[in-house]
Amino acid sequence: MRFLDMFRDQRAPSASKAKERLQIIVAREGRNSALSSDYLQRMQQELLAVVRKYVAIEQDHIKVNLDREGDYEVLEVNITLPDANTGKPVHKTPTRAR
Amino acid sequence: MARVIVVTSGKGGVGKTTTSASFAAGLAQRDFKTVVVDFDVGLRNLDLIMGCERRVVYDFVNVINGEANLNQALIKDKRLNNLYILPASQTRDKEALTHEGVEAVIGELKQRFDYIVCDSPAGIEHGAHIAMYFADDALITTNPEVSSVRDSDRILGLIASRSRRAIHDEEPVQELLVLTRYSPERVERGDMLALDDVLEILGIPLLGVIPESQSVLLASNEGVPVIMNERSDAGSAYGDMVARYLGEDRPHRFLTNERKNLFQRLFKR
Ligand SMILES: Nc1ncnc2c1ncn2[C@@H]1O[C@H](COP(=O)(O)OP(=O)(O)OP(=O)(O)O)[C@@H](O)[C@H]1O
Ligand SMILES: [Mg+2]
Repeated sequence: MRFLDMFRDQRAPSASKAKERLQIIVAREGRNSALSSDYLQRMQQELLAVVRKYVAIEQDHIKVNLDREGDYEVLEVNITLPDANTGKPVHKTPTRAR
Repeated sequence: MARVIVVTSGKGGVGKTTTSASFAAGLAQRDFKTVVVDFDVGLRNLDLIMGCERRVVYDFVNVINGEANLNQALIKDKRLNNLYILPASQTRDKEALTHEGVEAVIGELKQRFDYIVCDSPAGIEHGAHIAMYFADDALITTNPEVSSVRDSDRILGLIASRSRRAIHDEEPVQELLVLTRYSPERVERGDMLALDDVLEILGIPLLGVIPESQSVLLASNEGVPVIMNERSDAGSAYGDMVARYLGEDRPHRFLTNERKNLFQRLFKR
């Protein structure tokens, strides 16, 4: 067992472990995620402005979300439109983009 | 046009003050009027590294509070004609550097100097924020080590979102990596993050690599910026760094284990 551990250490020197851990933490909490939340907010405002040209909706009827799924990021935009007859909000299927 | 450069890192003790002193001295050596400003309120150290600690009378906070004018607070370097130091205050009040106060002082310095080098305190709170706020360029001082790289990434986030240039939607702050305390020998052994690893993670252009060197300690003992010791490895690495900042094309040195290279060369013969 010990012999195997030594062998593994040699193939994965500690600096590469450091790099691997850094890549994960930086992707999760670093400037990219900080920036993306900022641009998501701006995008939400612009989408709201566009939709309001055609339909009267409330601020919180647009939800924008960024998720990570494996190797790629999934952008989810969820717009709730009011029902033409009842005026009550009707749930639309989320639009997904990659 | 004067340029404001912040030397920052997030993490403490990585070499910001060492880099600020040598970078400013290097610019002054090339005949640019340069001032280096200590933003580390309460933990003033730049004066010691520059060897002018006994000549400090007034400081940055005195100027902000109107207790002294800039001429009274600026200390002229004894070795380099174009170099001035604005020391930090020893007050314990971390909020002493007000936004308006710093803005006014930087504005005045911009009239009189070519380069204003700001030595940031560690952390990502008020002191580090005000030090980077007015910057045109940022020297992201980083050690090849996990916590330093993570903190550099966080400070990059702060610069990208909360600097004056970001808030005013101007051209972004130019961010440049200064990798300090680099030990090629330990990189070769696989114990230390390599330059390429750090570049890949931070994704900003490289300005310089400063090797781990005994000469830095010796220079600080004497109160002389290490760049003035041209025969030392760290000193000449800082010299290259300043040249590159000014647009010269200089190859990076001290990236491989020199001793081993000499050995290999001997065997090749
Ligand atoms: N290239 C180097 N080789 C060896 N030692 C170094 C090197 N650069 C800096 N040091 C040492 O590291 C210590 C911290 O350096 P310095 O004061 O410049 O860091 P700092 O980032 O300004 O710290 P703080 O966050 O406390 O302001 C000092 O003892 C200095 O001598
Ligand atoms: Mg310092």
